[in-house]
Amino acid sequence: MDIVVLVKQVPDTESLVQIADDGVSIKKQDIKWIMNPYDELAVEEALRIKEAQGGTVTILSFGPEKAIETIRTALAMGADQGVHIKDPVAEGSDSLASAKLLAAALKNIPYDLVIAGHRAVDEDNYQVASAVAELLGIPQVSMVNKAEVSEGKITCHRTVEGGTVVMEASLPALFTTQRGLNEPRYASLPGIMKAKKKTVDVKTVADLGVDAAVVGAAHRKVKIKALNLPPQRQAVRMIQGEAAAAKAAELVKILHEETKII
Amino acid sequence: MAQGVFAITEQRDAELRKVSFEAVSEGRRLADGLGTDLTAVILGSGVEGFADQLKKYGADKILVADDPALAEYTTDAYTNVLTELIHASDPAVIIMGASAQGKDLAGRLAARLDAGVAMDCVGIKIDNGNLTYTRPMFGGKILADVEIEGNPQMVAIRPNVMDINEVSKNCVIEKAAVQVGEIKTKVVEKKMETGDKIELTEADIIVSGGRGTGGDYALIEALANELGAAVGASRSAVDEGWRPHSDQVGQTGKTVSPTLYIACGISGAIQHLAGMSTSKYIVAINKDEEAPIFSRADYGIHGDLFEVVPAITEAVKKLKG
Repeated sequence: MDIVVLVKQVPDTESLVQIADDGVSIKKQDIKWIMNPYDELAVEEALRIKEAQGGTVTILSFGPEKAIETIRTALAMGADQGVHIKDPVAEGSDSLASAKLLAAALKNIPYDLVIAGHRAVDEDNYQVASAVAELLGIPQVSMVNKAEVSEGKITCHRTVEGGTVVMEASLPALFTTQRGLNEPRYASLPGIMKAKKKTVDVKTVADLGVDAAVVGAAHRKVKIKALNLPPQRQAVRMIQGEAAAAKAAELVKILHEETKII
Repeated sequence: MAQGVFAITEQRDAELRKVSFEAVSEGRRLADGLGTDLTAVILGSGVEGFADQLKKYGADKILVADDPALAEYTTDAYTNVLTELIHASDPAVIIMGASAQGKDLAGRLAARLDAGVAMDCVGIKIDNGNLTYTRPMFGGKILADVEIEGNPQMVAIRPNVMDINEVSKNCVIEKAAVQVGEIKTKVVEKKMETGDKIELTEADIIVSGGRGTGGDYALIEALANELGAAVGASRSAVDEGWRPHSDQVGQTGKTVSPTLYIACGISGAIQHLAGMSTSKYIVAINKDEEAPIFSRADYGIHGDLFEVVPAITEAVKKLKG
């Protein structure tokens, strides 16, 4: 089973995100960069399938120079090789353009299965994986918390509001991960040493044969006009009272009379 | 020339989902703002009756795509059928819900139509025929205003945010031509939670517990029960195994927008705040007066949740008499 995992480097979820002076991007310095948490689940799942059935795990990432750190992390976890789409022309691409680049790269990598996070926790677009599946013409299953591969098909437990839908797809297929799928391993020290020797192919937009006029910040279909911080709430009103019962009664009175929620 | 607004509705288990009414109501507002018509589409099997239910929300036309192959949502069938209908009506704007189904569908449909999507949108401004979509990024730490180039523009709206409005208007109901095409996925089983469990992303009130509960959710559940609320949890509570992943609120869990969010024993890590900051009212109960959650709350109670939460439950009971 040859598996390709799509990974993205994103700001740590514990980071404070600040708006840059241009008003349309974030301050990139002082941020701790990590592998997108949902992609960690994807790497782990790929490694487990490989350990059970044999095959290869290839890490495919589109990102700037720095994204190599995330590819190396995945290689240190145990993946076999990496492909890094890196090109100044493509920086700032939106979801669909990113998907075009990833799909173009996938046309030159043998795969039975593609696994990706259901979203990247930076722009939260929820689109790249579905768009990649469409561009490759393969079936997709989203937000999966359990997957079983057998006999040319994959059975996925897809999480929906209020439950789970079990779906089957013929291979090759793509699925996206949801929390609960597995607990990602940490890279071991020997793993980190080995990762340094593993191959990471670098691909440019031209290498992939993608039209430069559809990628990059200038060709975004979804144009960011402004970034804003969420509106601040008024200062908290601390409920006073002698005992818990008095505070509780006061709160319920406010929720009933002032906000009229209960 | 592309014109008109096209709203994609969603049904499951013999019910139109609430986000469908939100999409059609917001679609009506956009159509009025752009001086154009609103078409809504219903997909499913045996769903003709839904048109009567939907027509009071202001669509000029409702297309009913009825086919046994559409009974359960599959990405392939829905994308195939919608692509045909969209090509036929050539809309300027496509609006849908950013539900589990909508999030799966939007990226696929957008790639087929070569369109841009404003995902998980929480507000749309109309100015001289231009639409600006506001959407959270970084789990809601930032709100982005985006515009979309080209036609159609696609927007998936966050459930529970947009208003539902009834409008009296003439509505034409038409049966749509259905080309299901090749379907490469198959639904083999559905495991839905039974009982009255309220879905977090659709709840009006959420009572959420964190590390401060020590894993004891009985008090949280009792209050939720009294309020008809859903129960949520912080990441640390989920990591401890106290609650299932599906209960997690935060940047790596669910993003929720209830009218009232009651955070019990949740300190307010950045990644948790990101998931609930669009709640209308936030109440925080914590024994640490310095907890960051208080800086994001409207109302705070400094105290032991094991005393305060049952006292609130009692006070609500008393109020209801």
